[in-house]
Amino acid sequence: MTSAAFERERRPLWQGVIGFNLLSALVLGIGGFFLGTWIGGQIAVGHDYLLGTNQNDVGLFMGYLFGTIGWLAGLGFFNYPLARMAGRPPSHRHHEFAGIGRYFRLCTDHKVVGIQYFFGVGIFFFIGGLNAMLMRTELLRPVEHPFPAGQYISLVSLHGTMMIMMTSAFIVGPFANFLVPLMIGSRRLAFPRIESLTFWLTPLSGLVLMSAIARGGLPTGWTGYAPLADQARAGMDAYIFAFILIGISLTLLGMNLLTTIVTMRAPGLTWARLPIFVWGILSTAILMALAAPVLVAAQLMTVMDRAANTGYYLASQGGSPYLYENLWWFFGHPEVYILALPGFGIVLEILPVFARKPLWGYRLAVAGMLGVTLLSFMVWQHHLFVSGMNSSLRPFYMFTTELISIPTGFIFLNGMGTLWRGRIRFSVPMLFALAFFFNFLIGGLSGIFLSDVASDVTTHGSYFVMAHFHYTIMGGLVFAFFAGTYYWLPKMLGFALNERLAKIHFWLMFVFFNLTFFPLFAAGFLGMPRRVSTYAPGLQGLNDFVSASAFVLGFSMLVFIANLVYSLVFARVPAVENPWESKGLEWQLPTPVPVLDFERIPVFNTTPYEYGVPGAPPVATLAPGAVAAAGR
Amino acid sequence: MKGHAFRIVAIWLVLTVIAVPLVVLVLGPHLPPGRFSVEAKDQTSANTVLTALLMPIVLLVLVFFGYSLVAFRHRGPAIEDGPPIRGHGPTQLTWVLATGAIVTALAVWGSYTLVETARGAGGGQGPSPTDLPKGHSPRLNIQVIAQQWEWTFRFPSYGGFETRQLALPVHQLVEFHVTSLDITHSFWAYRLGVKADAVPGVDNVAFVTARKTGSFTIRCAELCGLWHGHMYRTGYVMSRSDFNTWVAQQRKADAANLKDLGPYRRSYYPQPFHRAG
Repeated sequence: MTSAAFERERRPLWQGVIGFNLLSALVLGIGGFFLGTWIGGQIAVGHDYLLGTNQNDVGLFMGYLFGTIGWLAGLGFFNYPLARMAGRPPSHRHHEFAGIGRYFRLCTDHKVVGIQYFFGVGIFFFIGGLNAMLMRTELLRPVEHPFPAGQYISLVSLHGTMMIMMTSAFIVGPFANFLVPLMIGSRRLAFPRIESLTFWLTPLSGLVLMSAIARGGLPTGWTGYAPLADQARAGMDAYIFAFILIGISLTLLGMNLLTTIVTMRAPGLTWARLPIFVWGILSTAILMALAAPVLVAAQLMTVMDRAANTGYYLASQGGSPYLYENLWWFFGHPEVYILALPGFGIVLEILPVFARKPLWGYRLAVAGMLGVTLLSFMVWQHHLFVSGMNSSLRPFYMFTTELISIPTGFIFLNGMGTLWRGRIRFSVPMLFALAFFFNFLIGGLSGIFLSDVASDVTTHGSYFVMAHFHYTIMGGLVFAFFAGTYYWLPKMLGFALNERLAKIHFWLMFVFFNLTFFPLFAAGFLGMPRRVSTYAPGLQGLNDFVSASAFVLGFSMLVFIANLVYSLVFARVPAVENPWESKGLEWQLPTPVPVLDFERIPVFNTTPYEYGVPGAPPVATLAPGAVAAAGR
Repeated sequence: MKGHAFRIVAIWLVLTVIAVPLVVLVLGPHLPPGRFSVEAKDQTSANTVLTALLMPIVLLVLVFFGYSLVAFRHRGPAIEDGPPIRGHGPTQLTWVLATGAIVTALAVWGSYTLVETARGAGGGQGPSPTDLPKGHSPRLNIQVIAQQWEWTFRFPSYGGFETRQLALPVHQLVEFHVTSLDITHSFWAYRLGVKADAVPGVDNVAFVTARKTGSFTIRCAELCGLWHGHMYRTGYVMSRSDFNTWVAQQRKADAANLKDLGPYRRSYYPQPFHRAG
C-alpha cells in the first residue's frame, strides 16, 4: 500500500469551512459555555449569596465544562465513537492528507499533529512572552507604575501559568509527535485519536486561561497556592479549569508516547540502539503519566472548595493549606523535569551530528535520564523548607535534591565526551545546543544554593529562584527547542530557514538572555522578593538594566518570527533532504515526509550515531523486503 | 591526545587557584544576608562555602567546553568524521565517583551544620522545631501575625500586647511564632536571616539572635494577592534598655485595645473570608 493510494482530491473551499473544524469548535464551544453557565446558574440559585461572594462559581465551572464538550464535538471527536456504537465499520475518515485545512481539524496523522503543536504552542509562548515584556515595563520604576497592582499580579500569574502550561509540551508536542514514530520506525503513535485530542485540549486550555482576563484576572501566580485560590475572584476558575485540561492532555500524551515507544519499535531497534532523543521523551512520558494526574486531583479539590464550599484547603474548616502545597509540588517538581528532559534529549541528539562522532557514553546518558526521572519524585519538599514542614525531614530532602545533580552531571559528561576530538561545526542547531550547556550549567548549579536549607532561607521566594528556573527552563528548554527547530523544522515543513537571520537570532538571544537573567541572581541575593511591583529604590539601576536586556531578548524572538515568515511565505527554498548529513533514520526519508512515512516498516541495523565508523551499515534498511528479494 | 588533556587540566588548575581565594576573601564578605544576626552570619558562611565549592566545577566544564570548541573546530566545507570513541570506562567511573563524593559531602556537611549548629534555625520549622540554637537562654517569644496586607506582632511575655512595629533586643535569642489570619504569607526579615511562611492555623517557629543594633526590612515573600508587593515594614534591633522603654510605651498605647483583643493563642481560626482581589 503506497501513500499515493491515500491521497484525496482537494475539496472546494466552502466544504472546508463548513464541517468539523476549528470554526465549528469555536461556535459550539462558546455556545456550550453559555448553556453551561445558564444551567449552573439554575442549579446554584442563591449559591453566591450563601458563600458571601459576588460570583457564581458553579455556573462558571459548568460553562467551561459544557464549552469543552462543545469544542470537542465541533472538532468531531465524538463522530467516530458514535459511528462505531451505531455499528458502522472503522474508517480512515480522520486521516486527511492534503490541503492546509487538515491543520485546523481533528487529524490522526502524527506529522500534522506535530506541526499543529509547533504553531499552537508557539502562539501561546509568544503571548506569555508579551506578558513578560509588560512586567519588565512595570519594573522600570520602583514605585510609580504604568499598571496598577492588581493588573501586575494578573500579568505575573498569566505569564507564569501560560509558560508552564504551554512549555510542558513545547518540545514533546511538536518534536515528539512528529519525530518519535519516524525515529522508531513506526507509522503512527499508539493511539492516534488520543494524540489529536491531546493537541486540541491545549489551545482550548490556553483560551480558557486567557478568559481569566475578562473575569478580573487572577492573583496567585502559576502555583495557585490554595487559601489564596479559594479566596480569589472568578478569574481563578479559568486558571483551575485550564490546568485541569492541560493535566488531562499531559497525562494522555505521556501514556500515548510511553505505549508507542515500548511497543511499536521496528524490528532490530533494541533498547541499546534507541536514539537518545527517544530516551529523553520516554522518561518525560513516564513523568507526565505519573505526575500530571496529581495536578488534576489538586485542582479538582480547589474546584470543590470554590464551588461546593468544602474546606480541603481551609484551616478554619478543618482542612490544610499544606495539602495543596504538597500535592502541587508533588506534581510541580517532576513538572520541571518534564520541561528539562526533552531538552537533554535534543542536545544529545544534535551534538554527535555536529561533532561527527558517536554519542559518548550512551548508557550513562540513559542512566542519567532515568535517574532524573526516578529522583524527581523524591525531592518536592525542598520547595517547602521554610513553610513550617516538619523540620526533621529537611536533611532528607536536602540530600535527595543534591543527589539529582549526579544524573544531571552525566548529561554534561556525555556532551563533553562527544565534543572531545570531534570535528566540530558551528551550525545554528549546534550553537543553540552548546548554549544549552552553558545556561544549564549556571541554572543547575545555582540550584545547589536552593537545596541547602541555610542558603535557602535567603534565596527562597526571591529573585534568585526566579533567575534559577529561568536559566533552566528558558536557558535550557527554550534553547533546546530552538536547537530542535533549526535542526528539524526544514524536515518537518519542507522549507529551509534563512541562516543569516538564524545566526542573528542566536547571538541576540544568547547574549541578552544572559544579560537579562544573570543580574537577577544578584537582585535575589540583595533581597528582592518575586512577584512584587514595588521594590527597594536602590535596586532600580539593576532592574532597569534587566528590563532593557529583556526588551532586546524579546526582540530576538521577533527575528525568529521574521525568519519563519520570510522562509515559509516568501523565500520558500525547498529543504535539502539531509542538510546536516545526519545518520538518524528520520533524515533518510524524503522531504517532505510521505504521508505514511515508510513504504515498508524498516529494519534497524545499528545505532543512529555511527560517525567515523568504517564500513558502518545505514541505521536501518528502509525496504527490507526489496533487499531480501534482490539478494536472493 | 595527552597534550590536550594536560593543557585543559593546567588551565583549570590555574583558574581555580585564582578564583577560589577570590570568592572566599573578596566576594564572601559581601554575600547575603550579612552578619547582622547569628543566623545571618551562619547563612553567609554557608553561601560562601557553596560558592567556593561550585567555582572549580563551573570552571572545569567551561574550560573543557571552551578548549574543545577552539581545538577541535572543523573548518572548510567538507564534512569529516571524528574518531568513533564511544566512551571511556575509567573516565566515566571517575566522574560518577567524583560527583557522588561531592554531593555526599555537601549533604553530610549541610545536614551536620543544620542539626548540630542549627544553621537553618532562621527558617520556619513548624510548630515543633528540632534545630534549636544552643547555649542561649531564656528566649523571648514574639508572635508574627500576617494578614492581607499587614503585619502585627504580639508579645506574650509582656501581657500579650499587640503592635504594628517590630523591635527586638540585641544579643537576645528571639523565638518568632509566625501565623496568619487569612491566607499563606511569608515573614522575611532579610538582614536577620529569617524567613518563615505564615500559614493559617499553623504556628511556624523561627529563631534569631541579633548581633548588632540597627534596622531591618520585613517583606512578604509569598504571593498573597493584590498588595503583596506593598507588605513591607521596617523593624529595629535595640539595646536592652531602649527595648524596655519601647515595650513600656507600646503596652501603654495598646492597653485600651487589649480588652477587645482575644487572648494570646498559637494560631487563630477566623471566620471563612469573603472574596477579595
